[in-house]
Amino acid sequence: MSLLTLQNVKASYGSSEALFDINLSVSEGEVVALMGRNGMGKSTTVKTICRMIPASGQLTFDGQDLSSLASHQAARLGIGLVPEGRRCFADLTVTENLQAASRSGPWDLARVTTLFPRLDERKRQRANTLSGGEQQMVAVARALMTNPRLLILDEATEGLAPIVRQEIWGAIAQLKNETGMAIIVIDKSLTELAQVCDRATILERGKTVWDGLMTDLTLDISERLIGV
Amino acid sequence: MIRERYLNGLVLVLLLAVPLWALINDQPFTITLATRAAIFALAAVGLNIALGLGGLVSLGHAAFFGIGGYAMGILAYHAQTYTPVMELPFVIEGTKSMPIIWLVAMVTSGTAALLIGLLSLRTTGVYFIMITLAFGQMFYFFSISWIAYGGEDGLSIYIRNDFPGLNTLVPINFFAICFTLLCLVLFINGLVARSPFGLALNAARQAPQRVQTVGLDPQRLKLVAFVLSGVITGLAGALFADLNRFVSPTMFSWQTSGEIMIFVILGGTARLCGPVVGAVVFVMLEHALGGLSEYWHIYLGALLLLVVLFARGGLVGLISGRAVAHD
Repeated sequence: MSLLTLQNVKASYGSSEALFDINLSVSEGEVVALMGRNGMGKSTTVKTICRMIPASGQLTFDGQDLSSLASHQAARLGIGLVPEGRRCFADLTVTENLQAASRSGPWDLARVTTLFPRLDERKRQRANTLSGGEQQMVAVARALMTNPRLLILDEATEGLAPIVRQEIWGAIAQLKNETGMAIIVIDKSLTELAQVCDRATILERGKTVWDGLMTDLTLDISERLIGV
Repeated sequence: MIRERYLNGLVLVLLLAVPLWALINDQPFTITLATRAAIFALAAVGLNIALGLGGLVSLGHAAFFGIGGYAMGILAYHAQTYTPVMELPFVIEGTKSMPIIWLVAMVTSGTAALLIGLLSLRTTGVYFIMITLAFGQMFYFFSISWIAYGGEDGLSIYIRNDFPGLNTLVPINFFAICFTLLCLVLFINGLVARSPFGLALNAARQAPQRVQTVGLDPQRLKLVAFVLSGVITGLAGALFADLNRFVSPTMFSWQTSGEIMIFVILGGTARLCGPVVGAVVFVMLEHALGGLSEYWHIYLGALLLLVVLFARGGLVGLISGRAVAHD
């Protein structure tokens, strides 16, 4: 059974329509790549899932209708988001960033610092004094502290040094293999997506235009729909 | 630079030492000044929870200060005139007991903060400032029209209220009560700031939308902070009324709200003892310059201007630098 289902989802920013027909499903333990060129609606889709913008159509999470929920209520159901742009709580330390988001469950301070040992070394440092990569690790760890059933990573490795990118991808692979957590990943790197994702959904101009197994994503499809 | 925790200790020791010195040298007026500073500090610590932790720029905190004051005034007035506060549907007598008066002051000001917060927190920024100011003014004009309790002339209480085991008419005893309450509230404030609630509130102040994605409701966090803030400011109002043995609509005025905010900004917003430093400096200036000129607020304005321009962390920030990360 699908954990997250989006069917014929439409969304707009005021009078400007952004999503026209989004269809997406994620099952328990599945890692799904949400792909598409810039401006095709990937981040907007994430915002509709997290209830940050209103949407019409069918949005369900674990059989529960998401459309009437506020953003924080959706998060409490078990949707964890790592937002685009390393958005930590700047004035809080690493530990405080994580404690502020903490909800009961298997993910606690000790476990997230095992996943990102570097955060343990920086635990008393303010988030705004960390490097970009470390801030991204805080953002991922903070989402894990909410003990989500579905983790959404929106451009989590964008603009990071190759070695840090490797660490983040390593953590995603570890999450997949060791926890069986459902994950949606948005990223530009097809090579790395292919290594961790089971399925892919491609968006074009606010519509789902391709959905299938990662292994079925041919070079022709990726060149035509993603430009990679 | 002095580390902030040492500075906090030093400030509290000085605030305690001045009235003790005054007691030895038989200067009761100085004790009253220190008591006034402690009460103002308490009110400002209350506002600092909303303003410093929650980022809520409230220009209506005089409402809670005044409610606390009138709670004391009304209960004490009925106790001294031997008349009940109300008879129907049940009888409520007045009282001269400070702990009961504090409890009533905190419950009434907390209830008012809850109702005002529920409406005001639907808005943000300048609208929040204006709506809290409007609520403060509503209470101000209501108190003026409330003839049963003195209207514009206010209400005098002849004898200071009682505290078990202490003669509250002795200035140092009343100072001890106010100072103890201030320390207790500062301790609670410190705990709140480091608690998961305080961290979440701080996060909500920085990024209200982002905080929702980790399952926190920023509105609810801010409402709780606003109510807690109102409760503490209400307690300060009850003590202030007891200090002066007088309540009047002035306690509700927007100038009172402005002064409480000045204490916080002058000492340092979101700094634990910032409000204490601000209140002490205010009372010192009021005493030192008030005798020289009726328009002493001009100097206060100049000082505030300098602090805002050159010491963004207030006087505490100027002395101890940027707030260190919690350890």
